[in-house]
Amino acid sequence: MQALINKRIGKVLKGDKESYAEIVELYQHQLYQICYRMLGNKHEAEDIAQEAFTRAYVNLHTFDQNRKFSTWLFRIATNLCIDRIRKKKPSHYLDQEVRGTESLDMYSQIANDNPLPEEELMQMEVQERVQYEISRLPDKYRAAIVLKYIEELPLAEISEILDLPLGTVKTRIHRGREALRKQLSNL
Amino acid sequence: MTACPENIIELMNDHLDGMSTPASEQVLKEHLHSCGDCRKEYQELNKTIAFIQSASHIQAPPDFVSKTMAALPKEHQRGNVQRWFRRHPMLAAAAVFCMLMSAALFSNFNDDQQFAFTKQENLVVEGQTVIVPEGEKVVGNITVKNGDLRVEGELEGNVTIVNGQYMASSGVITGEIEEIDRMFEWLWYKIKNGVKDAASVFSGGGDESDTDE
Repeated sequence: MQALINKRIGKVLKGDKESYAEIVELYQHQLYQICYRMLGNKHEAEDIAQEAFTRAYVNLHTFDQNRKFSTWLFRIATNLCIDRIRKKKPSHYLDQEVRGTESLDMYSQIANDNPLPEEELMQMEVQERVQYEISRLPDKYRAAIVLKYIEELPLAEISEILDLPLGTVKTRIHRGREALRKQLSNL
Repeated sequence: MTACPENIIELMNDHLDGMSTPASEQVLKEHLHSCGDCRKEYQELNKTIAFIQSASHIQAPPDFVSKTMAALPKEHQRGNVQRWFRRHPMLAAAAVFCMLMSAALFSNFNDDQQFAFTKQENLVVEGQTVIVPEGEKVVGNITVKNGDLRVEGELEGNVTIVNGQYMASSGVITGEIEEIDRMFEWLWYKIKNGVKDAASVFSGGGDESDTDE
């Protein structure tokens, strides 16, 4: 597999753009899935997945062919996703009090960050609910959980993709798992 | 709860990560058998994982490849040049150097289309001709650009004429005469002089001459 990819990469580097289509073909679904699970939105997922492929193409000459291409590609994508998630966050502190109110803080102003009422959760379809619960995870844990349980990648590879020590990856998965367990306690 | 081993969470996590040893597996198993709270937590975690993994596989939209390919930056010529530069950094540096050097020298040649000569005492100028008058003696080198030189008197030094003529006459020149009238000779001359100048700087001297128009 890796030899096959490296052959394509060699061709692209020599100027054969069409060979890159074969690389995109091979990884499109995995990459799109990571982005979709991270962002929870089809349009954004497509946008970011495309951006990741473009960045990989432009920087292909920096890719070390002794390493795994998918690891490198997924790293570009997760970084883009995390950037996007952070940009979407408001610049105020969520728990700062809204002026002129007694106990109303910013949480209550952002509908999305409020857990949905119980009955609404119950009406959700399973697939919708899964994505909803993933989206509620802090982005630090979200990336680790998506790579581990959706993509089912080995811990060592996740640690390379996220550029974190193995111990940190484990901790994030454990905490993410625990957070999900609490979120799902009513299930 | 007080009977729970301190590292029971760790054992559980190792187990869920698929990284536990048979010995720790045994400890966990025995404890879960006896402790309801930990068994509940363990079951909930397993349910959580199963729930997340029930997420269906998502596929990219059907036109994803063509859209992505269309969005790639246009490379072509520029990309090829960049690629060449990356592959041959030394050659690229040499090429850039040569380009800049020749550009500088050629532009020099074009700038120098005006009549100019080395100012020395006793020289007479008639139109575009520099004359060393009869009976006079000029000491020093003379360079004439875009003009002619006629020596009727005596000249002690070298003569260089660019785009012009040295007109032989009864004069006496003690030194070398050099005539340059083509671009590449001019280039060669510049380079030669550059080297000479550099050499004279290192040897701590050299003939300084100021050019006047």
